[in-house]
Amino acid sequence: MNERALIDDEHYEHTLRAEHTEIIDRENIVYEKPGTLIDIDMHYCPGCGHGVVHRLIAEVIDEMEIQSEVIGVAPVGCSVLAYNYLNIDMSEAAHGRASAAATGIKRVMPEKYVFSYQGDGDLAAIGTGETIHTCNRGENILFLFINNGIYGMTGGQMAPTTLEGMKSTTSPFGRDVATMGAPLKITELIAQLPGTYYVTRQSVHTANNVRKAKKAIRKGFEYQKLNKGTCFIEIVSNCPSNWKMTPIESNHWLNDNMLPFYPLGDIKVPKNGGK
Amino acid sequence: MAKVKGDIIIDIEKCKGCELCIEACPQDSLERSRQVNNKGYLYIVKVLDNCTGCTNCALVCPEGGITVYRKTETGKKQIAKIDNVTQDMNIEVNE
Ligand SMILES: Cc1ncc(C[n+]2csc(CCOP(=O)(O)OP(=O)(O)O)c2C)c(N)n1
Ligand code: SF4
Ligand code: SF4
Ligand code: SF4
Ligand SMILES: [Mg+2]
Repeated sequence: MNERALIDDEHYEHTLRAEHTEIIDRENIVYEKPGTLIDIDMHYCPGCGHGVVHRLIAEVIDEMEIQSEVIGVAPVGCSVLAYNYLNIDMSEAAHGRASAAATGIKRVMPEKYVFSYQGDGDLAAIGTGETIHTCNRGENILFLFINNGIYGMTGGQMAPTTLEGMKSTTSPFGRDVATMGAPLKITELIAQLPGTYYVTRQSVHTANNVRKAKKAIRKGFEYQKLNKGTCFIEIVSNCPSNWKMTPIESNHWLNDNMLPFYPLGDIKVPKNGGK
Repeated sequence: MAKVKGDIIIDIEKCKGCELCIEACPQDSLERSRQVNNKGYLYIVKVLDNCTGCTNCALVCPEGGITVYRKTETGKKQIAKIDNVTQDMNIEVNE
């Protein structure tokens, strides 16, 4: 035990004995972990946005009561184990190929809600071809695209989405646009394609943004029943470990640096309001 | 003396001490414990009894570790006010 822990034993004992107010009662619950999110520890680093997005997917599935009708496809990247956390049918795809796998699943089982969950390295680097063609074909699936501007899982290499000047292990002096190209706004790019129906960019770095992101995810699932095309939700997220920041610092950095380049909001909305 | 309308339970064994809930809380109700949990993280405790049940902390928690309670009825029994912050933590260890 470290010194800090010893000093605080009394405090600790107290927290275990403390009585709850009368508000702590099942009937007063206004927020609890959704049932579709499996009650085990996630492997993500402290403060990582992946955990929040997983929870939002589970909340939407619970609210729509479609747990047995959803099939997800997990990517390669930090969220490779997403199927361990969501209590739904899931498949794992080769790196970048989640939308191709999701296409196959949806075509065989068009009555299911099918989504792919992909990082920026997965979706916008090795999987660019699959992403663009899936959207161009207008497959009736939902993309959940977690853009943290970096290859998180492999140790923080530069991704297509890495900002100009942003340091990564493979751009140690900052991304140089002249030699490495400009960061890729793949979400704006795929919004141009006639196959996409609903394209939006959200974030989960504040409570209000979490509320908005959840609404967007709900729309993404609901629109799938209309069979009108691909829904694509980008979530601008953090990677405190590879950005080498505390979780709080990473969210501030996201707000100050990522959002000016990747502005939040709807990019393509259904013309008739999704009816 | 603010009337207590909300309360939370933090699953301290799930907590990874990211502190995002501390920053998200408009009431400054939350603080870092000085004791580590089984994972070795400095978990979060509620140190003030001014929670409004706004759910902000739970929404930003990547571990899904916070349950929020709120009493919507008004005019119900008032909960005592708090003088000593360490006396009024509402923590529960999930077994
Ligand atoms: C075919 C293949 N090439 C490369 C890799 C190595 N690899 C694993 S994850 C990854 C990038 C992940 O980055 P991203 O999709 O942004 O996910 P994040 O971890 O940031 O959430 C790479 C390049 C691999 N697993 N398979
Ligand atoms: S490496 Fe980055 S993206 Fe991966 S779990 Fe850690 S913080 Fe999240
Ligand atoms: S519910 Fe709101 S007021 Fe209560 S602890 Fe959480 S963030 Fe603070
Ligand atoms: S947000 Fe969740 S994991 Fe992070 S410190 Fe608060 S309770 Fe712990
Ligand atoms: Mg990434």
